[in-house]
Amino acid sequence: MIHFQNVSKDYNNHHALTDVTFKIVPKEFVSIVGRSGAGKSTIVKLLIGEDKPTKGRVIFGHYDVGKLKSRELPRLRRHIGTVFQDFKLLPSKNVYENIAFALEVASRPEHEIYDYVMEVLDLVDLRGKVKNFMNELSGGEKQRVAIARAMVNRPDVIVADEPTGNLDPVNTMGIISLLTKINELGTTVILATHNKDIVNQLGRRVLVVEDGRLVRDEENGRYSV
Amino acid sequence: MATTLYRVIKHGFQNFWRQRLLSVATLLVILLALLVFEGLMIFNTVSNKAFDTIQDKIDVSVYFKTTAPEDDILRIKQSLEGLSEVKSVDYISRDKALDTFKAAHANDQTISQAIQQLGENPLEASLNVKAKNPSQYSVIASYLQNDSLKDLVDKVSYQQNQVVIERLAKIVNIGRQGGLALTAIFAFLAILVAFNTILLAIYSNREEVEVMRLVGASDMFIRGPYIVEGVIYGVISAVLSLAITAPLVYFVSPYLRVFIPGMDLISYFTSNIFKILGYQLLFGTIIGVVSSLIAIRRYLKT
Repeated sequence: MIHFQNVSKDYNNHHALTDVTFKIVPKEFVSIVGRSGAGKSTIVKLLIGEDKPTKGRVIFGHYDVGKLKSRELPRLRRHIGTVFQDFKLLPSKNVYENIAFALEVASRPEHEIYDYVMEVLDLVDLRGKVKNFMNELSGGEKQRVAIARAMVNRPDVIVADEPTGNLDPVNTMGIISLLTKINELGTTVILATHNKDIVNQLGRRVLVVEDGRLVRDEENGRYSV
Repeated sequence: MATTLYRVIKHGFQNFWRQRLLSVATLLVILLALLVFEGLMIFNTVSNKAFDTIQDKIDVSVYFKTTAPEDDILRIKQSLEGLSEVKSVDYISRDKALDTFKAAHANDQTISQAIQQLGENPLEASLNVKAKNPSQYSVIASYLQNDSLKDLVDKVSYQQNQVVIERLAKIVNIGRQGGLALTAIFAFLAILVAFNTILLAIYSNREEVEVMRLVGASDMFIRGPYIVEGVIYGVISAVLSLAITAPLVYFVSPYLRVFIPGMDLISYFTSNIFKILGYQLLFGTIIGVVSSLIAIRRYLKT
């Protein structure tokens, strides 16, 4: 479903990624690990079309992501749920509206939006905070809102870029078990992280990136440097 | 499509309300711009009226010899009216001049007796010429001093008043041009300030724009609410600026009439109120919408 073919990405003569090739099949749970600056975020950006590869191709389903015009990106992004370290929520909207926004932009009817949003709110256990604004939530709650928004569209894949980077250990475990649950429900999950404990505990497929190169790709991988 | 439009409008109002502080600040700046704009409109009307009043007081009179036949005078009047520089020509016949003279001196025994003893009308017939533009009096005067009219024309009043007329003409011209320049400068400043304010307001929202893009919102879906907000700014500030100016106009109008006779600001204001409101709405919304569009463009491009 996702295929990086000999992908390289340069930023002003700095090689962020060099000749990276891998495939991810539906329903997989893949961790991309590596130190800060190794190229994890670059992979995520290329996947969601934020950046275009300097060389190689990024295939997502039937999209050739690198060749999409900016007008066509919204369509791609409705198939991908994204979760970021800094949450990227809308501060002037409440919990319900933040999640509903992902459906509104996809022109879903109002009653369907309500049902879907309530369903994911149950899943992330935030039904009691429907009307709260972002500044009234804790970090863990914010990230759960972000995950709820990422999955409310029923995307094919959820990409989480350092989702636990700003969270304490308890909330970190909560978020990871949430991602695992989502994966068990049938959604592909890609998790970029530098948290060793999480990766070792998951025991799933691990891609290790170092200095922009993919150095290891193991089933049931462990994170060792 | 209809649901998208509904959502865009809803988000526009929601943003406006939830970012009240920012909205009010932006609104005030646009309101100021509109007040300047409206002030300029009124200023131009008043100054034009003032210049018209001054201009109306300037004219050139040509006096004909008492021997000049009336038919010839009327012919000259007609040819004057044919000139593109001429606004109006008044014919004052010898009899009429005498009547006016008598009326003016009705209480003066010696003068009325002197006229009676004279037995004939000593006054000359004249034409009162007004130009469309005060700088054109010299053209008209030189036309009247033409050699072919020498036998009929006694004197043209232009020579005596030339200096005053030319000076007045200059003042009126400079005044009008200055008014236009002032209007242009102030309107430009007002637009610039309003535009920058909206730019900053959207700048403070740039992260939200980025988030919306990541969630898969189309450009129109992101831009739409800002356009709606721009329209809200325009409409509210247009109505407010009219509400602020109305009492001012009522207060100032009587004083203004002392300086410029015949200037009725209240009736100008009331009879043009829809035109003024229309301009304000147009101006306010254009500032709001166009600057939103330009500002948001920056954040939609990657």
